[in-house]
Amino acid sequence: MSRYRVFAMLPLMAALSGCNLVVLNPSGDVASQQGNLVVISTLLMLLIIVPVMALTVLFAWRYRQSNTKARYEPEWDHSTQLELVIWAAPLLIIICLGALTYMGSHLLDPYRPIDRIAANRPVPADAKPLEVNVVALDWKWLFIYPEYGIAAVNEMAAPVDRPIRFNITASTVMNSFYIPALAGQVYAMPGMQTQLHAVINKPGTYKGFSANYSGAGFSQMRFAFHGLDHDGFDTWVADVKAGGGSLDRNGYLQLEKPSVADPVRRFATTDPALFKAVLGQCVDPARTCTDNMGMGTGEHGSSGHGEHGSSGHGGEHGGHGAAPQGQPIQGQSIQGQSIQGSAAPDAPLTGAGLPRPSNS
Amino acid sequence: MHAIFGRLSLEAFPYHEPIVVATFVAVVLGGAALVAALTYFKLWGYLWKEWFTTVDHKRIGIMYMVLGLVMLLRGFADAVMMRLQQAMAFGGSEGYLNAHHYDQVFTAHGVIMIFFVAMPFVTGLMNYVVPLQIGARDVSFPFLNNFSFWMTVGGAVLVMISLFVGEFAQTGWLAYPPLSGLEASPATGVDYYIWALQVAGVGTTLSGINLVCTIIKMRAPGMTMMKMPVFTWTSLCTNVLIVASFPILTAALVLLSLDRYVGTNFFTNTLGGNPMMYVNLIWIWGHPEVYILILPCFGIFSEVTSTFSGKKLFGYTSMVYATVVITILSYLVWLHHFFTMGSGASVNSFFGITTMIISIPTGAKIFNWLFTMYRGRIRFELPMMWTVAFMLTFVIGGMTGVLLAVPPADFVLHNSLFLIAHFHNVIIGGVLFGLFAGIYYWFPKAFGFRLDPFWGKVSFWCWVIGFWVAFTPLYVLGLMGVTRRLRVFEDPSLQPWFIVAAIGAALIAAGIGAFLLQIAVSVWKRHELRDVTGDPWDGRTLEWATSSPPPDYNFAFTPVIHDNDAWWDMKKRGYTRPMGGFKAIHMPSNTGTGVILAGLSVAFGFAMIWYIWWLAALSFIGILVVAIGHTFNYHRDFHIPADEVVQTENDRTRLLSGRV
Repeated sequence: MSRYRVFAMLPLMAALSGCNLVVLNPSGDVASQQGNLVVISTLLMLLIIVPVMALTVLFAWRYRQSNTKARYEPEWDHSTQLELVIWAAPLLIIICLGALTYMGSHLLDPYRPIDRIAANRPVPADAKPLEVNVVALDWKWLFIYPEYGIAAVNEMAAPVDRPIRFNITASTVMNSFYIPALAGQVYAMPGMQTQLHAVINKPGTYKGFSANYSGAGFSQMRFAFHGLDHDGFDTWVADVKAGGGSLDRNGYLQLEKPSVADPVRRFATTDPALFKAVLGQCVDPARTCTDNMGMGTGEHGSSGHGEHGSSGHGGEHGGHGAAPQGQPIQGQSIQGQSIQGSAAPDAPLTGAGLPRPSNS
Repeated sequence: MHAIFGRLSLEAFPYHEPIVVATFVAVVLGGAALVAALTYFKLWGYLWKEWFTTVDHKRIGIMYMVLGLVMLLRGFADAVMMRLQQAMAFGGSEGYLNAHHYDQVFTAHGVIMIFFVAMPFVTGLMNYVVPLQIGARDVSFPFLNNFSFWMTVGGAVLVMISLFVGEFAQTGWLAYPPLSGLEASPATGVDYYIWALQVAGVGTTLSGINLVCTIIKMRAPGMTMMKMPVFTWTSLCTNVLIVASFPILTAALVLLSLDRYVGTNFFTNTLGGNPMMYVNLIWIWGHPEVYILILPCFGIFSEVTSTFSGKKLFGYTSMVYATVVITILSYLVWLHHFFTMGSGASVNSFFGITTMIISIPTGAKIFNWLFTMYRGRIRFELPMMWTVAFMLTFVIGGMTGVLLAVPPADFVLHNSLFLIAHFHNVIIGGVLFGLFAGIYYWFPKAFGFRLDPFWGKVSFWCWVIGFWVAFTPLYVLGLMGVTRRLRVFEDPSLQPWFIVAAIGAALIAAGIGAFLLQIAVSVWKRHELRDVTGDPWDGRTLEWATSSPPPDYNFAFTPVIHDNDAWWDMKKRGYTRPMGGFKAIHMPSNTGTGVILAGLSVAFGFAMIWYIWWLAALSFIGILVVAIGHTFNYHRDFHIPADEVVQTENDRTRLLSGRV
């Protein structure tokens, strides 16, 4: 927190004290480290930016045409010492910033389980992260809590100081899952799973939204993120459970249909295989899961080919009878890895569709 | 009906959108007035013979600038609409634009500003200045130059048609799938996007090849690579980037078209497709693209700083190497546009650090300009004012850019209004300020009179202040966690910031208005502002050695170069203009083929967009026939007779002596 004092000295901060700069003053440890990095990097660069701006103004003033007292050397165009400084000064700043970047990228890698709840507060050895499966739908957010069997639309809650692991995907188009007070954003992409580890430190209700334009209803694709104390969270879970409602595959297919500014909805029970099916893009049993898709598969969604759960290639190929009985395509079998079995979150897909080396 | 009109029907015309209808009426009335005026003054023949069919790089350059200016008005109108919408849509208000309209507006704004404003301006300046700076008669392939220009116009025409027939894409300016795929965007918007960029892309790529050849092969004797003016150097690097990166855009768009037209699955979610492939491809083009825009502007600033400081450019060699390093590095950074798409820490830190490394040569450039001013005699004419404004503005944009290159910082700022503020900070503060510096600097060369300084200063201050008023609030809003492309807002505390930003946009509008007024005033007062010397700024490079405007043949004799700053060197050594011994000059002939080919390409694009297959086939065959037919055109050159050269040069001698 001491770093904030440095920042508070900036006159800018004084001018902006009236507004809520959530990026620089968040409520979760990950976002707070990221915010600090924003401030430190800026200060580091100001070391060179401020002198450059000052020199620009100084030279522009001093060597104006009307100032005939200033020295004028029309042929002077080289100085080895100056050239060295010119290249070395930015280089030094970039070396420092590069080191910060390297460390920051690894320490704050969204895939990396967090090892501290806050500065000087390591994660207790027995802490089990709260798992939340996030699905970006057109245009609302679905949160599934596998540990509790519950789910909610456009509302999310998490206990304060308990690590959270988000597994993120989307139904049709790309979105970006972002709760500024909690942690930086990660894209939600159909057929792919991304991950985010974070923790919320202060109770409160925070804004969450999609940070990547995804179509007509994008502006209202918002949700409330509740940071609750331990009891509060238990109450929230109990409330959801008491509220009834069930999210099964058919319910999901209804929910998936595009809609704008949806109210909060809660589900006391969910189909435990739902998230896996969303990821495999086969909630609709008529569609072949991407992990089960063979080379000869016909157009998706057509003619009910490829029974769900069949292995290798997808059964009948309507209209593609001559197609070879496919071996799984290399890329798809990689996709398959992340979806097969309960080990899914441990081998998440990276955005580029490549398997990640394990974190352990 | 379907066979004739494809999917084009009456519903395609947005007559239910009052804003579009009003615009349409204004365009029709304005267009009718223009056509009437041209007809009344019998200018059609003149325009066709002297301008549309010209292969003169100077006239093509000027036409590029006109295109850029016209499209700037359209792109800026989009910007004003967005600023108004975002300033209004609070507290349950929907603003005045529905999602369908607003989403087109921000997509069109980005596409137009990059492809049809910044690119034509940059290409126009390079086209005009580079052959003059290297002492050449024209570019390597004059017909290709004309064709390239008209293809760029063709792309712009398709975008403009989308305003009134059908719709434009609602995807954001890079049209990421799956959003731009057939399932999420079944209508014509994305197809307009694809075909507009494909048609214009042909022009851009060919113009890149043309200028690379020109710079490599057509330099005046004695001008070795390390004696080239810095603007020519930056143009060379830019065109190398164009040649190397635009084919990637073309390929990415071809794959997207295949997905949309024939049901392939390159970028779908299923059947092995992966939308991230598109994101990678588009940014492998997209990042070099921003350097394509900024590098020539760096060249402009170098010329301007050196000229108006009355001093050699400090560190020419390091300037050249910095440019080359930026050119190469610009290919190693594309992933920083999507750190948040889940790449691992090692990949992210690699691309973050390569991005930062670019700031080293860029920083060196800033220092070089700084030390060019040092111990100079700086004349604060308009080009120099824009240059100083650039130096003060661009460093902030550069700083926020490097900040965004730190992946964990990007996680919290990506896609936010902070990012919007950043890239407007470098594109307005860098590219646009540079273009204005270049326009004010070279305008007297192109037209023989200066632009009126009073209105130029009004425009300058409106632009610079307007820029900061419009974009500082966006930096702040980004830090408040506000993301881009939002149409309506919940939190009323944000509204004051958006209102301030809208006021900034109004100031910029005043700046654009003052600029247009300035052109009108300058034409009106052209006799007062006349420059007969051809060298109004005491210039240093070869373009100032010839008259303003230069004769069709640029130089009666090809100059011989002994030093950097060739014209400065010539003046120093007491150069005298040759007065005799003129010979006939071999020149390329005008041709209308470029206009016809581009017209057919627009027809082809339009047919593909609306699935009018017979027209597509017909216009495609037409393109082939005309292109092949043109190869049989043997009347492609002529000689300016020696008498005429003597006449032109004598006229200039009289002008020059009349001055004394």
